Amino acid sequence: MQEEYIIKQISVFSENKPGRLAAIAEALQKSNVNIFAFSIAEASSFGVVRALVDTPETARSVLEKLGFAVQFTDVIAVRMKDEPGGLHQVARILGDAGINIEYAYAYSGREAAVLILRVSQAGEAISKIRAAGGSLLRESDLS
Amino acid sequence: MHCWDPRIETMPKEDLQKLQYRLLKTLVYRLYSFSEFYHRRMKEAGVHPDDIRTLSDIRLLPFMYKHDLRDNYPNRIFCAPHDEVVRYHVSSGTTGKPTVVGYTRKDLDLWTTSLARALTSCGLGRGDVIQVSYGYGLFTGGLGLHYGAERIGAAVLPTSVGNTERQIELMQDLKATAIACTPSYLIHIGEAAERMGISIKNDTDLRSAIIGAEPWSESMRTRIYETMGVKAYNIYGTSEISGPMFSECTAQQGIHIWGDIAYPEIIDPVTGEVLESGESGELVMTVLQKEALPMIRYRIGDITRIDDEPCACGRTHPRIQRITGRVDDMLIIRGINVFPSAVEHALLGIPELAGHFLIEVDRKGSLDDMIVRVEVAPEAFSDRINDLINIKKKVEHTLKSALNVAVVVELAEPGSLPRFEGKAKRVIDRRVI
Ligand SMILES: [Zn+2]
Repeated sequence: MQEEYIIKQISVFSENKPGRLAAIAEALQKSNVNIFAFSIAEASSFGVVRALVDTPETARSVLEKLGFAVQFTDVIAVRMKDEPGGLHQVARILGDAGINIEYAYAYSGREAAVLILRVSQAGEAISKIRAAGGSLLRESDLS
Repeated sequence: MHCWDPRIETMPKEDLQKLQYRLLKTLVYRLYSFSEFYHRRMKEAGVHPDDIRTLSDIRLLPFMYKHDLRDNYPNRIFCAPHDEVVRYHVSSGTTGKPTVVGYTRKDLDLWTTSLARALTSCGLGRGDVIQVSYGYGLFTGGLGLHYGAERIGAAVLPTSVGNTERQIELMQDLKATAIACTPSYLIHIGEAAERMGISIKNDTDLRSAIIGAEPWSESMRTRIYETMGVKAYNIYGTSEISGPMFSECTAQQGIHIWGDIAYPEIIDPVTGEVLESGESGELVMTVLQKEALPMIRYRIGDITRIDDEPCACGRTHPRIQRITGRVDDMLIIRGINVFPSAVEHALLGIPELAGHFLIEVDRKGSLDDMIVRVEVAPEAFSDRINDLINIKKKVEHTLKSALNVAVVVELAEPGSLPRFEGKAKRVIDRRVI
């Protein structure tokens, strides 16, 4: 049951230099891959580009053909209530359950803001968030 | 331990040094009297054979360089009467003229003796079948190993290089127990055998390999043992000193340099000073009994160090360690000598990297700045930025301890660094001095 809420994010290793991001975006666009959410984590000379797309397999093969190192990462996506303290609430639910948030980023979806999380125990996180009345996106919601 | 010549190979150190001094003295007098080239060189350096009063006085003598051989092409440095030369080998220079090496009968005998001791020290002897897959011809590898192997009473299978499938068939049919070749050819043989459905480990008698003439590493040694069941021994030499001459013994703790045949020194490549025992620097070789083409303090250009501690095998002769670089490629970073090959060597042991690298050197103010760009192996890529930072730190730490100089490491995308055909150009030096 919980598996349907686990979403495949693509993570791409990228050097921190002009044009790399554009190259990734252009390649995905040319292959008609739709990008829903997008974030960049940077260290000094390199970074990781993370994205939620409608067709992760296509995205992966397109980028690998260009020589990028690509990985799938399991994340969960929480619909945020359009009220103050939404982020805090999610963090508290997970914190109380001893689940570690490795990183998070947000995007505004069709109906609501969506928070994407990589957590230490995805299955556990899903059941805790749902038990607390939270709403999660399914992978099918992206296509 | 089984020695080819126990008296010489286990000779007490003091006796060996006395012998070396006597041989050196004889050599210097002979060349001063009979070699125009060496006579002139010694005169220019202001040194007379009488000045050599101890073995370490060898440092008074001038160096000899590869270009001396080229400048005197083909045989103007030769010091034996023309009709005493019984063999020539020729090495193709990467730049300019080739170099020609001549051998008298005694030169060939000493070369063969040196290899007979070396091969015996690897545990080979009568009853072994040694496949010589070094090139035969102008190159010294094939014929050198051929006569060395014959001398110890082994059977020689002189396959030379090429026609790998046939080599593997003969290896099986004639039950070769050892092979002498380059490391890359050995790996090629292993892969070709696999494609033929033959396991070197299970379907052949091959148990040892005498490999050299190309740089290789400890991780290759492990891989060769694990995939082929073959114990690989490092062999060293260069045509100027005769050819392949010295190898590791079964202790595999360095390459024994037979003291009665050659006297190795380690010098600072910049100042020419002889370094303290055990320090790493440029190998300089004096071949003590060579007739046709004598070599005094020849600057081979390889970087290594000498271990003169007693060897576990019982032999008393000093051992050179793995070659870590070439002087020609040396960079000086903040006053410290850095070899690209040492960088390569250090990176080989890091599984998170894909093997390609590029060194960039800049000068910031008055300080040199060395950046090493390394490709991350696609399998090592992690979505967690901290994992990547840890790879970067690990590489920086590994390089710092290997090079004694702090470097900045930048992780590069797989496949992004330039690829080179043949000898890789791995350094971009932007310093303007
Ligand atoms: Zn030994």
